[in-house]
Amino acid sequence: MFTSKTVGGLLAIAFGTLVHAAESPNLGTLASGAEVAAYDLTVMPDGTGLPVGSGSVAQGMRLYTEQCFACHGAEGEGALNDRLAGGHGSLATRAPVKTIGSFWPYATTLFDYIRRAMPYAEPGSLSNDEIYSLTAYLLYINGIVDDEAVMDARVLPEVVMPNRDNFVWAYKP
Amino acid sequence: MSEHDTTVTQEHSGGKLRAGITELLPAAGNGLLGRRSFVKAGLGAAGGIALMQAVPASAARPGHMRSPGPGMSEYGSPAPAEANVKRIGIGSQRGTTGSGASRSPLEHLHGIVTPSGLHFERHHAGVPEIDPASHNILIHGLVKRPLLFTMDALARYPIVSRLQFLECSGNSGTLLAADPPQLSCGELHGLVSGSEWGGVPLAVLLDEAGVLPAARWLIAEGADASVMSRSVPLAKGMDDAIVALYQNGERLRPENGYPARLFLPGWEGNMSVKWLRRINVTAQPAMTKDETSKYSDLQPDGSSLLFTFPMAVKSVITSPSPGLAMQGPGLYQIAGIAWSGNGRIRRVDVSADGGKSWVQAALDDLVLPKSLTRFTSAWRWDGSPGVLLSRAVDETGAVQPTRKSLMSNRAAGAFYHYNAIQAWRVGEAGKVNNVYV
Ligand code: HEC
Repeated sequence: MFTSKTVGGLLAIAFGTLVHAAESPNLGTLASGAEVAAYDLTVMPDGTGLPVGSGSVAQGMRLYTEQCFACHGAEGEGALNDRLAGGHGSLATRAPVKTIGSFWPYATTLFDYIRRAMPYAEPGSLSNDEIYSLTAYLLYINGIVDDEAVMDARVLPEVVMPNRDNFVWAYKP
Repeated sequence: MSEHDTTVTQEHSGGKLRAGITELLPAAGNGLLGRRSFVKAGLGAAGGIALMQAVPASAARPGHMRSPGPGMSEYGSPAPAEANVKRIGIGSQRGTTGSGASRSPLEHLHGIVTPSGLHFERHHAGVPEIDPASHNILIHGLVKRPLLFTMDALARYPIVSRLQFLECSGNSGTLLAADPPQLSCGELHGLVSGSEWGGVPLAVLLDEAGVLPAARWLIAEGADASVMSRSVPLAKGMDDAIVALYQNGERLRPENGYPARLFLPGWEGNMSVKWLRRINVTAQPAMTKDETSKYSDLQPDGSSLLFTFPMAVKSVITSPSPGLAMQGPGLYQIAGIAWSGNGRIRRVDVSADGGKSWVQAALDDLVLPKSLTRFTSAWRWDGSPGVLLSRAVDETGAVQPTRKSLMSNRAAGAFYHYNAIQAWRVGEAGKVNNVYV
């Protein structure tokens, strides 16, 4: 267990001097707002962190066919890799199918994850508009938004995922 | 080695070991012996072999004793004859090489430290090649001062080190299958490893940044191609979390997060984010893909648990185990590892008759919190079939569950946190199989 106090003690030992408990090496450099913005990739469920931009289901469908279809199958039915659609109402059965539509609690996670990690071989290659489009399309094939939907920083956090209220926190801070 | 041989040896070995033989008493069914007897009997048995066997003349000076061997080396490697001891159960998602896992070959290891090169791996987009000179860790969000730390700066902080385990919460998940998979101990349970982790207490860095009162969570992020990210309670960050730079005395291996990783003792491995690049201090969790879609626990009623962090009490017998066949009736040492994410191991019991009777195993000297702990028990195998079990209890009093009780209230799609008692059946010919009891 580390408290500031024990750490202070450690520092005193490490430097062989009598230092005040609160003393610390202080070797971090102050990060500027621009530096923080350059690093920050987190999108929170309330939409914090979503960038400007927008994208439609139709644009997403085209991108999905080009960049995602090979691994995730037609309309997200799954191919080499994870199934991304369907499975609604299956969670309490003997054959649960966990997908974005049947399982994921927050739509913001889609933007966050695609921006981080997809497409698998070329993460970081999509523009924000493209990520919004793919998010719109994946919500559409899961029956969560209609084919006219356009996603942006205002709309996406308002999308209510069907399974949202079925999560219990085993840890509460 | 029969009891008679042992007795003879004991007499030759002098009075001191004689006490050992009187302790060689059955302590539980099917040949399990009292827990302190084997070490002494073992010494006697070894002495007995030396006394009884004549030294063959050809062995007096083999080739390697007739000319000097190769000289020093810059970085040592295992003996050529041990080349078969490798990571096992390596698999990746179809069409990828970097989204998968490899396992520690537990059946070949004896200790609470896993050699770094055999530590299990779980990557989501392969192992990034990171130049430490251009890698930084950013701490920002609900702090007074957002701070960037270079790797050189971190290395100047006081380093603490501890022997602790790391376990993927998907470890042993193959045992959810209806029929017991016929795999080795490491293939089944090798997503756990033990290391001496050295690093900077995260609390020191957070204190320097000045955490604001509203903060409750840390969003940790890695510098791999998937930019893997998990939400970690601030309380854990202030408790025993470290930013690890060292593993088993040397800098982290690339596959274990070089140049810096988060290490959260006792908690599911995925949270100990490798290749750490950023910690965002927040009021709420981010609900990343790897804490919602994955690493959450479906319940039978269709609801799911989020944030099931600690790895519960668990143990497994590593020897005998599948692939390590018995070599005829006689005295054996049953050996294994036990661990708990909630503290120290208090005791481990072993059974050789499928759970009808148990004997308390001996714990090796180092019984450390949130660490692998080794246990052993003496067994006189008479050659008849038996079922070996081990059951660990941790210092909170938590008892490792039977498979039946673990499965009784588990959803079909629940995959993580499998910690049930493992059963190995020893057949008449000495072959060892995975069985469900
Ligand atoms: C080369 C194959 C490949 C391609 C192409 C690909 N993915 Fe993936 N995808 C994967 C793999 C592998 C994973 C699992 C990664 C892991 O281990 O965390 C994954 C996971 C996902 C997930 C999370 C699934 C879940 O339920 O947790 C989403 C969402 C996703 N991909 C979206 C996309 C989108 C959108 C595209 C197109 C822009 C795309 N993927 C292209 C291989 C691919």
